[in-house]
Amino acid sequence: MGSLAGGELPPDDVVVTALRAGDEAMFAALLDTWSGGMLRVARSYVSTDHSAEEVVQDTWLAVIGGIDAFQSRSSVKTWVYRILINTAKKRGARESRTLPWSSFEHDGVSVADQGFDAVLPGGWKELPAAWPTPESEALASEVRGLIAEGLARLPPRQRIVITLRDVEGCTSDEVCEILEISEANQRVLLHRARMAVRGWLADYFESVKQPE
Amino acid sequence: MKRFTCDELAGLITAYLEDALDRPARDGVRAHLACCEGCERYVEQFRATIGALGDPPPEKLPADMRDRLMSAFRERRRL
Repeated sequence: MGSLAGGELPPDDVVVTALRAGDEAMFAALLDTWSGGMLRVARSYVSTDHSAEEVVQDTWLAVIGGIDAFQSRSSVKTWVYRILINTAKKRGARESRTLPWSSFEHDGVSVADQGFDAVLPGGWKELPAAWPTPESEALASEVRGLIAEGLARLPPRQRIVITLRDVEGCTSDEVCEILEISEANQRVLLHRARMAVRGWLADYFESVKQPE
Repeated sequence: MKRFTCDELAGLITAYLEDALDRPARDGVRAHLACCEGCERYVEQFRATIGALGDPPPEKLPADMRDRLMSAFRERRRL
């Protein structure tokens, strides 16, 4: 717990007991700690900000309605995220932007598409350029914007996995449980997505490089 | 210990960072990184990428939606 959005929440049993008792401060804490990440995850499935907000709203309503029946077989976070993803998938399907969830065909970004021609079997044709430390807020904010835009272009399965893992800070076990995929699949999707994002950042840093 | 070429190593970085490699493979990756500047830098960039991903623009629910959800939570106790 506690990896989502960096929020410090008490252990699950405390959270569940408080929610069942109608503790508004606890509900508000969950709402404020998790909703941002939930919006980012919902966007992987639906086409507009408005839809993503509605998915998050419907998820919280289902959590409110389901908390008494929640059976601690998974963590609260995993439970909430599974509701979120089921809600988002249904909504995405209605918007006919369905995810090819059962197949990998759209994830087949080949290594050659990722600027990987710099790595030859024998070694690097050219060393990867050193990156500047984005210590200035302007640069950091450009990088954030670039990544947010880029994520939208990733194949859906890569996008959802990298969003849960690297943006929201879920563990690999959590992601496998939330998405019902194997650890090996999770890792392949994550690796491809990271390679793509690294490639955009490399292009970006190249483009802002000061002449030497 | 396994030996890897640079392009093989590039394909293993996520598994390496997840500690999902068996011992000979992990040792092979470490040995390769210790003497290959290109791969070392590439792995550093991978880490920097993961760091940048973990720093997303803030997001929050619209205030009216948050209010409605708080009311729905409050209402639930009366049912």
